[in-house]
Amino acid sequence: MKLMPCPINGLRNISEFICGGEVEEMPNPVTGSDHEWSEYLFMENNTKGIVREWWMHVPSSYWFIAERNTATEEIVTTYPSSELFKRRVEFTQANTSDV
Amino acid sequence: MPLGLLKYGLKKAHPSKRHFNTCADLKPSYDVVIVGGGGHVLATAYYLAKQWGITNVAVLEKSYLASGNTARNTAIVRSNYLTPEGVRFYDESVKLFQGLSNELDYNILYSERGHLTLAHTDAAIRTSRWRAEVNKHLDINSKVVYPDELKKLCPHLNLSQDTRYPVMGALYHPPGAIARHDAVAWGYAKGAFERGVELHTHTEVTGFNIQNGKIAGVKTNRGSINCGTVIQAVAGSSSEVSKLAGFKLPIKSIPLQACVSEPVKPFLNIIVVSGSLHVYVSQSSRGELVMGSASDPYPLYSTRSTLDFKEELMTHLLELFPFLGKVKILRQWAGTTDMTPDFSPVMGLTPVQNYYIDAGWGTWGFKATPVCGKRMAETIATGKVPELIKPFELERFYRFEQVGERGAASVGH
Repeated sequence: MKLMPCPINGLRNISEFICGGEVEEMPNPVTGSDHEWSEYLFMENNTKGIVREWWMHVPSSYWFIAERNTATEEIVTTYPSSELFKRRVEFTQANTSDV
Repeated sequence: MPLGLLKYGLKKAHPSKRHFNTCADLKPSYDVVIVGGGGHVLATAYYLAKQWGITNVAVLEKSYLASGNTARNTAIVRSNYLTPEGVRFYDESVKLFQGLSNELDYNILYSERGHLTLAHTDAAIRTSRWRAEVNKHLDINSKVVYPDELKKLCPHLNLSQDTRYPVMGALYHPPGAIARHDAVAWGYAKGAFERGVELHTHTEVTGFNIQNGKIAGVKTNRGSINCGTVIQAVAGSSSEVSKLAGFKLPIKSIPLQACVSEPVKPFLNIIVVSGSLHVYVSQSSRGELVMGSASDPYPLYSTRSTLDFKEELMTHLLELFPFLGKVKILRQWAGTTDMTPDFSPVMGLTPVQNYYIDAGWGTWGFKATPVCGKRMAETIATGKVPELIKPFELERFYRFEQVGERGAASVGH
């Protein structure tokens, strides 16, 4: 079976994982328009080649980032999402000051 | 039976003539350019020429005709979907399929078998009843059957309660059929070619000439051409081609694998599908079991085959037909399917004027070939999207009006 290198669990069968889709920037939760949200939710780059995606190791419920080639099925690299997302996303303006 | 076939059979000599030829050179300009070369494209070209008299048409195919998903499906035709939009659409397709051998004067080996969608849980029985009621309401022949009737419809099916997922009942759809997929494409190609449509194979589209938001031409590896209208129907490469035209699609490319067994004596006259077990199987007229299972779990543009797929498929298949344990697999293949979030296609208008799309056919494209061709041709000829395909427009995702089609094959319900 195809193996996926999980950043915390090491090499595991790919059937233990689910693919969460392309990493894309979320529209602004307060000011984002319906159109932007549709683009974000439904439209896909669906790139043939190297893509950056969310993956989860299901038994440990651990989300991470994988870069893989969708033409050759090679997994290039995997790393914790903290390497991409340095800051907490705030969903309302009201609680911005709380954190 | 087509009359030509009868005459041919009664003759002493049986010369075979070429059904269609590809064209040497591209003309500088066409009224309509169709990108792709599968069943949908050829059907669209056929109806454009036959029904609407539009024959200044070029079909541009990257490889050879019907080399993609038209050659990679499991050839099942049915209309027992769940949404009224889906049911109406596929019903028209089934009706066109039923008369297609005559229409094309080309034997597509259409074989009406009946179609069973097995239910192994209370939830699946409930969905079956829901589908049956929607179907009946729209005058489609479907009903829920239970093990006593299943025993008669499919005597070899394992109805034992001692399995991991015992069969509780099924949705029975008598018009379910299989057809020879290549013949469908070739028949349409022949009909289109005879009416003057140009078929250009090994012609890859490399870009589009768009002026003021309107399509003006197509760039290919054999030179540029001008055109008034473009139709894109390239399942498996939809996103890549639409990017050339400058817009994104709600599509993920996901492999769908299938295989056939060695030929065995005819025992299975009906098409058996289990949504929960991810199995579908029918027996071809050659005796091979044509089998498919779930879509692959993640996006990929490769048509490789995996052992995981076969293990999962066979585990469940052997529960349904334990006596097949020693039967060998003869061939395996995969196609790249266009999966949409709501399991419905994307048809009709795009953000580029006079650029029409036919995509998102996921695991349900072959059975839509005739209706899709007919209605896409109508769209081009009249400049108006027919009511029948309106629900499937790309714009629905921006209005949050998806058509949740849970009657689709190979997807979990």
